[in-house]
Amino acid sequence: MDKFTVHTGQAMPLRRSNVDTDQIIPAVYLKRVSRTGFEDGLFAAWRANEPDFVLNQDRFARATILVAGPDFGIGSSREHAVWALLDYGFKAVISPRFGDIFRGNALKAGLLAVVLDEKIVQRLWDDIGDDPTTPVTVDLVERQVRWHGEVHAFELDDYTRWRLLEGLDDIGLTLQHSDDIAAYEAQRKPWLPATANSLT
Amino acid sequence: MGKTLAEKLWDSHVVRSAEGVPDLLYIDMHLVHEVTSPQAFEGLRLAGRTVRRPDLTLATEDHNVPTERIELPIADPVSRTQVETLRKNCAEFGVRLYPMGNLEQGIVHVIGPQLGITQPGMTIVCGDSHTSTHGAFGALAFGIGTSQVEHVLASQTLPMDRPKTMAVTVDGDLPEGVTPKDVILAVIAKTGTGGGQGYMVEYRGTTFEQMSMEGRMTVCNMSIEWGARAGMVAPDETTFAYLKGRPHAPSGPEWDQAVAYWRSLRTDDDAVFDAEVSLDATTLTPFVTWGTNPGQGAPLSESVPDPAAFDDESDRVAAENALAYMGLSAGTRLRDIEVDTVFVGSCTNGRIEDLRAVAGVIKGRRVADGVRMLVVPGSMRVRAQAEAEGLDAIFAAAGAEWRSAGCSMCLGMNPDQLAPGERSASTSNRNFEGRQGKGGRTHLVSPLVAAATAVTGHLASPADL
Repeated sequence: MDKFTVHTGQAMPLRRSNVDTDQIIPAVYLKRVSRTGFEDGLFAAWRANEPDFVLNQDRFARATILVAGPDFGIGSSREHAVWALLDYGFKAVISPRFGDIFRGNALKAGLLAVVLDEKIVQRLWDDIGDDPTTPVTVDLVERQVRWHGEVHAFELDDYTRWRLLEGLDDIGLTLQHSDDIAAYEAQRKPWLPATANSLT
Repeated sequence: MGKTLAEKLWDSHVVRSAEGVPDLLYIDMHLVHEVTSPQAFEGLRLAGRTVRRPDLTLATEDHNVPTERIELPIADPVSRTQVETLRKNCAEFGVRLYPMGNLEQGIVHVIGPQLGITQPGMTIVCGDSHTSTHGAFGALAFGIGTSQVEHVLASQTLPMDRPKTMAVTVDGDLPEGVTPKDVILAVIAKTGTGGGQGYMVEYRGTTFEQMSMEGRMTVCNMSIEWGARAGMVAPDETTFAYLKGRPHAPSGPEWDQAVAYWRSLRTDDDAVFDAEVSLDATTLTPFVTWGTNPGQGAPLSESVPDPAAFDDESDRVAAENALAYMGLSAGTRLRDIEVDTVFVGSCTNGRIEDLRAVAGVIKGRRVADGVRMLVVPGSMRVRAQAEAEGLDAIFAAAGAEWRSAGCSMCLGMNPDQLAPGERSASTSNRNFEGRQGKGGRTHLVSPLVAAATAVTGHLASPADL
């Protein structure tokens, strides 16, 4: 995973609430077994059916920050939604509220999910709508979003922030505690179910 | 101060806890399917890692599988590759797999409980948001993304911050014709799709105490549809009776030990929830959705709402967009909405009790002209049981299609899909745009409403017949 420290780029207003992961990437695009190439599926239905959809507008073609309405990423757990946004070129998503699983997936995969108040999001929508070239900075070091003299702090727990700043692999960190895991396993309830191992 | 059920489940699975870092949580069972696992197995391979506990892992094929002519190879080459990739990965890493054609195959959230693999007190995860289903047994069960699937495969643990706790209390007897599906749809309409965000929810009260295990599974299944991380019901005699004798349930002296422990899995009297919601079951009626998220629902007796009536601007815009997509106008009576397709199935309502309920309504009647009705059992065992009870003959006599097990028309990943503009009454869990096929329009309903709708051709309850 790449490190995330400070990103400055153009931003795209997605003026919709309740954008579920079926919209971010429809199920038919989930059949790939590789980790890359999901950009084609990003908002595929809206891109196909709505000529004015924000991803179809040239003036936002350079955007790397998506600014969405509340309850972005609800629904299905598909991490493909995060991969589609990353593969398309987005580095960060801003929303007043995220679906829990989507937010977790994003922060595991290095897409910064930033929660800002709905009124601030609406102001940002207006500003980037007026001038799509407005530089927007998402600063993980200072935990701030900044544009045109506006400075807004966002919350992210210290641990997740550190992991993203360092670009660390969660699994490697956990496996350092293998002894603790083994100790836990030694005292599990004896009746807990096990599926037979098909290698034995 | 006492603990809630969710806190007891959490605390009993903490491998390691330290200031400033998430708890490391042990996972008792990891369920795997073909869609969210290939990149996880590939990640293991690239890092030279193995599956730590293949014996605590179980895989099946459900999202991509066709539900008819299953003896043939999967026609769609991309779906076939995904299923074959799962088979290859399971063989390589030693994971038990129930493939298409096996009697134990089915939707992952149907086969876990059916095998007795889902038990009280466990932590259960799967790369699927409807994993909350298993909470019906008093387990802590939640959906995860593919990065976390890889994490669990490699370590049998997940680093997580403990969510807050919420009680949803529903008391009273459900009126005739009102099902667990109506209860959860009413909860979601009350709270909105984000109302449960950040919470582990416990469903409490006499309504849930009187509910069957399958009804509790329907309720817990849809916890994610109002944003909750997990949903659960405390285990009781109903739970124990359901589990006893199942293939993976404890037996002999271990059964008694297990039951003694399971009885302790209740919220203490002096425990405090971070939030509480309550509902009176006796006021509920059959509930259906009119919009494009599960929170956009209303009693069947009402009409399509006027977007202008919503105070909140984003709710109003969402309602306008939903009506445009659904091809509906404000004020239309919900009962006047005609459908092309009725889908009975999914991890929400694809169990034997659901099929019995549908058969009970449809027996001796016919599916309306011009309406296609699909009845898709959640697992091959549910299919076998339904056939043993003669339900398949009732469906066939009514003109419905009787299928093999899979996710089917719940999501547009396999051949069972809506065509653009087609409208369905569906017992599944999501009415998102395009969920059942590109351009398809979905009304979420209970099995009883699905059956009555199939007969009349428009949204209806059995009382209308």
